[in-house]
Amino acid sequence: MLAAAKSPLQAETDRILARFVEAGAALVETEALQPAETLLDLYGEDIRARAYVTNDPLRGELMLRPDFTVPVVQMHMRGGADVARYTYSGPVWRKQEAGGDRKSEYLQTGYEVFGGSDPAKADAEVFSVLSGALQGVSVQPVIGDISLIFAAIDALDTNARRKAALRRHVWRPARFRRLLERYSSPQAASGERKNLLLAAKSGNVEKLVNKAGKTIGIRSVDDIIERADVLLSEAETAVISDNDVKMISRILDLECTMETAAEKLREVAPALDSTAERLAVRADALAAQGVDISELRFVAAYGRTTLEYYDGFVFGFHADDPRLPQVAQGGRYDAMTRVLGDGKPVSAVGGIIRPETLLALKEGTA
Amino acid sequence: MSALKLGLPSKGRLQDLTIDWFAGRGISVTRTGSGREYAGQVSGVDNVELVLLSAGEIPRELAAGRIHLGVTGQDLVHEKIPDWPSRIVEILPMGFGFADLILAVPSVWVDVESLDDFDAVCAAFRAKYGFRLRIATKYHNLTREFLRAHDVADYQLVDSQGATEGTVKNLTAEAIADITSSGATLEANHLKILPDGLILKSQATLFGAKTADWSGAAASALRQMQERMGTDMSGLLDG
Repeated sequence: MLAAAKSPLQAETDRILARFVEAGAALVETEALQPAETLLDLYGEDIRARAYVTNDPLRGELMLRPDFTVPVVQMHMRGGADVARYTYSGPVWRKQEAGGDRKSEYLQTGYEVFGGSDPAKADAEVFSVLSGALQGVSVQPVIGDISLIFAAIDALDTNARRKAALRRHVWRPARFRRLLERYSSPQAASGERKNLLLAAKSGNVEKLVNKAGKTIGIRSVDDIIERADVLLSEAETAVISDNDVKMISRILDLECTMETAAEKLREVAPALDSTAERLAVRADALAAQGVDISELRFVAAYGRTTLEYYDGFVFGFHADDPRLPQVAQGGRYDAMTRVLGDGKPVSAVGGIIRPETLLALKEGTA
Repeated sequence: MSALKLGLPSKGRLQDLTIDWFAGRGISVTRTGSGREYAGQVSGVDNVELVLLSAGEIPRELAAGRIHLGVTGQDLVHEKIPDWPSRIVEILPMGFGFADLILAVPSVWVDVESLDDFDAVCAAFRAKYGFRLRIATKYHNLTREFLRAHDVADYQLVDSQGATEGTVKNLTAEAIADITSSGATLEANHLKILPDGLILKSQATLFGAKTADWSGAAASALRQMQERMGTDMSGLLDG
């Protein structure tokens, strides 16, 4: 009988999977073809620039999975146990930038923890399980926390509408910055805008609309009147203070060790006391797992542009060579479970290792 | 020894203007056979083979290096070949075939005068109607890239291969991204251009293929064309 030798990559992937199973995870599989609609709803049109889209005459638009998280969350929400750990391994597909040398098909081996009542402990578990699987290679871990910016928005002295607009653009730092500027030092309105505000004040927006031409499309005259009223109340809303703007910048600029993160956050933003407390509890949980938190880097803005759906704890393991993709990454995504689970969120945190990158580092071929 | 393949639009006003443009530079392009046959020849320069193609196919042929030079709109090259600068050189804009790719919304949207407004309307529209605001276009790549670069969210692109200006009235879209030359069709369909919604200014352009085989006869033909036209295209031979 022929015994096929395992390829080094297969052996590496199996080794990681075995560790994840040993940590308590059940091995699961997902389909490579996913309904495009779910991913479009979550990520918007931008996902088309990243994921491969294909068409089925019966099932409609489909995407080659750009990650495992969405199908694993869906599977769990359909009837997983209250507390569950999953592991999986397989290829994902992502279009890469023109001219780059990153692969558009690569392996991900993941570990996800759902449920439970101690989120800090689950965060620390995922971090240390992945960290353990990376033993023997030189990688730099970084910790971040997306919930800091959400907490900072909450703490702003402004109305709910402005907070919602800022929250919507947390993932688009340039527009976020522009919005904050507009709310703190508004530009003079154009002539056209002044007319609209006057019309809104005197209840004459409909006249203005009729003068502009024939009403077409689904967006109704009422919608336009409603937005004109919003613009009017916006123009009359007090500016966000310089102090508040500076607080946001100081929070986003925060870089220190995990050990000092809570204390530093309290220094720059005393209002974020409960967020700082969560950082402290997480630091303790990491230390309890044997992680040296006095050496662990904390970067407040980490993962704000690249790790699309995380909304709390985030982490990454980087190779010494900055040109290489991250060896591993992960984070907390409670909000996504709420979207995919019909409004009932569960605690969810997980991460993936890229076995190809890890193997290349081990073999010194990276 | 292979000839230089010159790809030109196979019919219409774009072809006529292109032929005039070359004639003005001492290169005579003539249609041969019956008027309906897609054949022609180039005189004034040796070893140039004329290839008549739909303007929409010229970008692909250039990118693949199957033709050496080609005339088509910048909009088509930029839309169809996302990494075009790595494979195609813009040699010379030709001064005709002007077309702007723009984002347009209903004229009655008196509350929308910028992309910032448009983005805010997208958010409100999705919250109220339960689906993302639809933009009808056939320029998917250029439009998506433009909106991504300007951080607009909560929209979706719906495909429209013709009569795009009518989609809003027909309730199949809320806004459009389309080519316009005068703006008259937009106005007639109750639409206005967003002032900062210019996605691309386009005109007919002579393009060169970096990856075509530029040895032998093709190289000498290019040198002759250079001389006639007074345009430096030698960069194509370097590499």
